[in-house]
Amino acid sequence: MERKIRVLIAKPGLDGHDRGALIIAQALRDHGMEVIYTGLRQSASQIAQAAIQEDVDVIGLSSLSGGHNTLFPKVVESLKEKGAEDIPVIGGGVIPDEDIPYLKEKGIKKIFTPGTPTSETVEFIESCVRGDHSE
Amino acid sequence: MSEQFHDRFQKWKEQVNRTNEKFPERKEKFVNKSDIEIDPLYIPKEDQLTNDYLEKIGFPGQFPYTRGIQPSMYRNRFWTMRQYAGFGSAKETNQRFRYLLDQGQTGLSVAFDLPTQIGYDSDDDLAEGEVGKVGVAIDSLEDMETLLEGIPLDQVSTSMTINAPASVLLCMYIAVAEKQGVPKEKITGTIQNDILKEYIARGTYIYPPKPSMRLITNIFEYCAKHVPKFNTISISGYHIREAGSTAVQEVAFTLANGMAYVDAAIESGLEVDEFAPRLAFFFNAHNNFFEEAAKFRAARRIWANLMKNKYQAKNEKSLRLRFHTQTGGSTLTAQQPDNNIVRVALQALSAVLGGTQSLHTNSRDEALALPTEESARIALRTQQIIAHESGVADTVDPLAGSYYVEQLTDQIEEEVLTYLERIEEMGGAVQAVEEGYMQREIHQTAYETQKKIESKEEIIVGLNEFQVEEEVHEDILRVDEQLEQEQVSQVQQVRQKRDQELVNQKLEKLRAAARDQKENLMPHILEGVKAYATVGEICHVLRDEFGEYSGV
Repeated sequence: MERKIRVLIAKPGLDGHDRGALIIAQALRDHGMEVIYTGLRQSASQIAQAAIQEDVDVIGLSSLSGGHNTLFPKVVESLKEKGAEDIPVIGGGVIPDEDIPYLKEKGIKKIFTPGTPTSETVEFIESCVRGDHSE
Repeated sequence: MSEQFHDRFQKWKEQVNRTNEKFPERKEKFVNKSDIEIDPLYIPKEDQLTNDYLEKIGFPGQFPYTRGIQPSMYRNRFWTMRQYAGFGSAKETNQRFRYLLDQGQTGLSVAFDLPTQIGYDSDDDLAEGEVGKVGVAIDSLEDMETLLEGIPLDQVSTSMTINAPASVLLCMYIAVAEKQGVPKEKITGTIQNDILKEYIARGTYIYPPKPSMRLITNIFEYCAKHVPKFNTISISGYHIREAGSTAVQEVAFTLANGMAYVDAAIESGLEVDEFAPRLAFFFNAHNNFFEEAAKFRAARRIWANLMKNKYQAKNEKSLRLRFHTQTGGSTLTAQQPDNNIVRVALQALSAVLGGTQSLHTNSRDEALALPTEESARIALRTQQIIAHESGVADTVDPLAGSYYVEQLTDQIEEEVLTYLERIEEMGGAVQAVEEGYMQREIHQTAYETQKKIESKEEIIVGLNEFQVEEEVHEDILRVDEQLEQEQVSQVQQVRQKRDQELVNQKLEKLRAAARDQKENLMPHILEGVKAYATVGEICHVLRDEFGEYSGV
C-alpha cells in the first residue's frame, strides 16, 4: 500500500490565530494526508524536532502576527542544524507579497497568501512529495 | 395591556426628559431633507399592539432593552468612535493616538504586541521577532508613561485589549493617571480581561482557568471599591466570530462566558449588583446586514432576562448589555482591498442600527498588514459619515417592528438559548472550554464556510468571483525592524536604573499573596509596577505559582 503523505502544520511564535492552520490541517486530511498539528507557540527547534520525530514529508507554517520574516527562516535553520534540510517548508498567513522573495531566499519553498483555495495547497504538497514542483 | 403600555410610554418620556437635562439632544429639531420632522421613537399604533410587545420589545432604556439601553440613544450622543491602534514603540503609538484624537476620534483603544499580551518582556527569547508587531510593546511603567504622554486621562476613556496580564496593565494605567494628578476613582475605560475566549479562540492565555478566574474576580472586587468607572471586563464574541463561528454561536458562547464570570464573582463572595454594572461586551459585525442588527437586539434581551431572572439582579444597570463593536476582520479580502471600505460601511451600519455603544471600523488594508495612516483615516471617516450624513442616528432602533427583523431577533434568541442550555448541562462555560466543546463547534463552522467559498456556494466579491489581475500593494505599514533592538535595550536600562531591592521585595510580596487564596492581588501588582517591575517579571512570579495552560 502506498504510504500516505505526512504533513506537520505548525504555529511558530506567539500568534494565537489558528483558524487558517486548523482549516488547512483538515483540508489535507480530507485529501487523504496524515496531518500532525503542533498547537500554538512553538519554537523553531520544537517544530524541527517534531518534524523529524514524526517523519513528515512537508512542514506548513502559519503566522498572522507579522513576525514571519524572523520566525519562518529560523525553522529552516533549525532543520539544517538537525540535518533535516531535505524536509520542504511552506508557509501561509498575513504575509505581504513583497516579503515573499526574501522568504524564498531563506529556503521557504512557497508562501500562500489570504484567499488561497485549499486545493492549491494540496496540489503543491503533492507535487513537492513527487519532487516535480516548479519554482 | 393597553394601560400597561401607556404607563411604560409615560415612564419612557420621563426617562428621556431626565437624559435631555444631562445631555441635551444633538439638534434642537431633527428633520430630514424634505423637512419631515423625525421623532425620537416610533411605536406601534394601539390596534397594532401585540400581547407580547412589552415582554419582547418594549421601550428603549427599559427592560428587556431590546430597543437599546438608553431611552433616546444617539439623539443625545453618538456612539464612541474608538479605533484600535498600536504598533512599534510607545512613542510611535502615542503619535498615532494624538493624530486620531485630532481627527475627531472620541476614545482610545490600545493594541499591545504579543509578548506583552502573553507576559514576556521584549528581551525574552520567546519575544524574538514579535516585538511591536501586532501592537505596542510595553515592558515597564516607563513605556506606559510614554504611551499616554500628553493625553489627559480625566477626559479620555481608554480601552485596552489585554487579557491574561490585564491586572498588570490596568495597574500601570492607574499609576500613570496618578502621576498626572488624576485619582483612580476618576479614570474611565475598559480592560478586555476575558480569559475564557482566549482559550476558545484568541490564544493569548498564560495561566490555567482556575487562577485566571481568580485574577479576574480580584479585579472586579478591587475596581468596585477603587476604580468604579472602569469597565472591568469586555466579554468578547469578536474573536469567537473571527475564528469562524456563526452569529448565533458568537452570542451563545459569549453569554455563556459572561455567566461563568458572574458565577465566579458570586462564588468569591461578591453581590451581583456590586460588579455586574461594570461588565461590558464586545461583538463582531459581519456582512449579513439584518442578521447582525437582529443579533445585537437579541443579545441585549437574553442578557437582561438572565441577569434579572437567573441572578436576581436588582440594579437596572446590571441588566443592560453595553457593547463595543468591531467590524469583521476575517470578512476583508487581500484582493481588491478598496472593496473592503464598502464591507466595513455595511457592517458598521448594522452595529449602529443594533445600538452599539462604541465602534471600531477596520481599515481596508488589514488583510495585508497593519493599517496605514490614510487607511485608518478612511475607516474613521466611514463612521463619521454614518453619524453625520445618513440620518440613521436620528431615531431610536429604526428597524423595530419590521416583521423580518423581529422574527430574526426571536429566532436568534431561541437558538442561543438552546446552546446555553447545552453548555449549562456540561457544567458551564469553564467546563465546556476545558473539554474543547466550543473550540470544536467553531472549527466545524469555519471549515464549512471555507468549503462553501471554494465551491462558490458563497460568493466573495473579488476573491472567488469578479477577480482582476492584482497589483502589488506598495503602501502598507511596516514596523521598523530596528524597534525590537531599541525596546530590548530600553527595558534593560530600566532594570539598571530602578531600585532593584525594592523590586525584589514587591515581587516576593506578590508571590506570598498569590499563595493565599483570600488575598486580592491587585494592590500588590500596583506596588510592583510603581517600583518599575516589568510585565514579564510580574507574570513570571504568577507563572511560578499558578502554572501555565498548554491547550486542550
